[in-house]
Amino acid sequence: MADTDRNPWRRFLALPNESRTKTLAMAFLVSAVCALMVSGATVLLRPIQAANRAAEEQARIEALVRGVPGMADLLEQSGGSLSTVVIDLDNGRAAADVTAATLEATLADTQNWTTLEQGADLAGLGQRPDYAQVFLLRQGEAISLVLLPMTGQGYGGRIDAILAVEGDMNTIAGIAITQHSETPGLGGRIEDPSWQASFPGTQLHDDAGNLRFATARGEASGIHQVDGITGATRTTRGISNMVNFWLGPDGYGPLLRAIERGEF
Amino acid sequence: MGQRVDIIGTLTAPLIRQNPVTLQILGICSALAVTTSLATAVTMSVSLTVVLTLSAVIISLIRRHLPDTIRLIVQIVMVASLVIVIDQVLQAYFSEISRDLSIYVSLITTNCLVLGRTEAFARHNPPLPAAVDAFGNGLGYSVILIVLGGIRELFGRGQLFGWQVLPLADAGGWFSPLSLMLLAPSAFFLLGGVVWAVRSVLPEQAEAPEHVPPATVRAAE
Repeated sequence: MADTDRNPWRRFLALPNESRTKTLAMAFLVSAVCALMVSGATVLLRPIQAANRAAEEQARIEALVRGVPGMADLLEQSGGSLSTVVIDLDNGRAAADVTAATLEATLADTQNWTTLEQGADLAGLGQRPDYAQVFLLRQGEAISLVLLPMTGQGYGGRIDAILAVEGDMNTIAGIAITQHSETPGLGGRIEDPSWQASFPGTQLHDDAGNLRFATARGEASGIHQVDGITGATRTTRGISNMVNFWLGPDGYGPLLRAIERGEF
Repeated sequence: MGQRVDIIGTLTAPLIRQNPVTLQILGICSALAVTTSLATAVTMSVSLTVVLTLSAVIISLIRRHLPDTIRLIVQIVMVASLVIVIDQVLQAYFSEISRDLSIYVSLITTNCLVLGRTEAFARHNPPLPAAVDAFGNGLGYSVILIVLGGIRELFGRGQLFGWQVLPLADAGGWFSPLSLMLLAPSAFFLLGGVVWAVRSVLPEQAEAPEHVPPATVRAAE
């Protein structure tokens, strides 16, 4: 009896269940054990879960890009692994505090948009976001393809597109129109694969490094032009302006130079 | 000897005769939500059985020292912690199925079945019978879930575990899927059918009617 009395644990267990001490102690013990269990499981399994989430994100991006007509074949041909990065358009570097997940919330804040001045506003947008999500396709360490989402003003309204530029940051690999409201049969033909087929291989810059991209009137003449669409002058001009704006200094220009310098 | 018979009885009783879903109508919400395919039904069954058995053992171990005033909250905390652990394990090793089950794994906490068994049985019995009883109840729940999941996936998609069993009409076969089977109401119908079938075979399960219809109908004045 004296033996049990000296052992505080047994003395505690011998207390009547209804005593205040025992109730409090049991509550504390149960919470402590449960807290240990839960935090143990969370900490031990976190690396595996993070890897799962990364794989899921990767699959989501690929599904997104592959869902764009025209981009799937392009990715198929070039192979490599696709990644996404949110870039700060002002300096062409990866954005420090914005991720793909928070991009939407960030752009909901008007402070993160820049008003464009009359002369610089080639694409007729009025303002442009400070951050944009681009997709990079890598082969080994080198970037083989960069997918640049862009927006421009057509005849009927906004045109959203994704332009694919090859690793030399000069050759267009393809274009996909993701959204437009152009006249069906005229400007609406920007959706046609036959028109989009004139993009691959077109050069963006001349030897001096000036942006020379243009849409031709009729058939393309020269390596810097793509075909125009008859009867859709304003749509084709809109496309030309869009590409020229987004590849210029206010668009992805800084990013393209950063990639050329090998910063990505 | 008597002990052994008792254990087998405890284990098998909840399978059909005392089935927690069809007789006691416990754990219905999850039974309806996760039975659109066999894979989710099986995962949910295994998770619930594991949580139920472990919590029964733990509660049974501390049953003599469980203050009556806080016993419910202690049981819920135990169950909730086990559920979080299971959820984390599923997220780590079965991330796709875990996405399909979404919040229903976390909702095991509020599954009446778990608290019902710990409160009614584990609190008064030693660990081994408590574990056996919990395991049996888990199996009883699983049987119903797997039956429902199997029927719904088979007739809703013509598949079992994702394998095409019935050739679809779209793909040149003869079976056109009943999309109703994938909606929640079909689980109600099927569960009702199962309850009816079980009670037809075992009439003692049927409850006495709560209201006796009046013998004569009086005209309203």
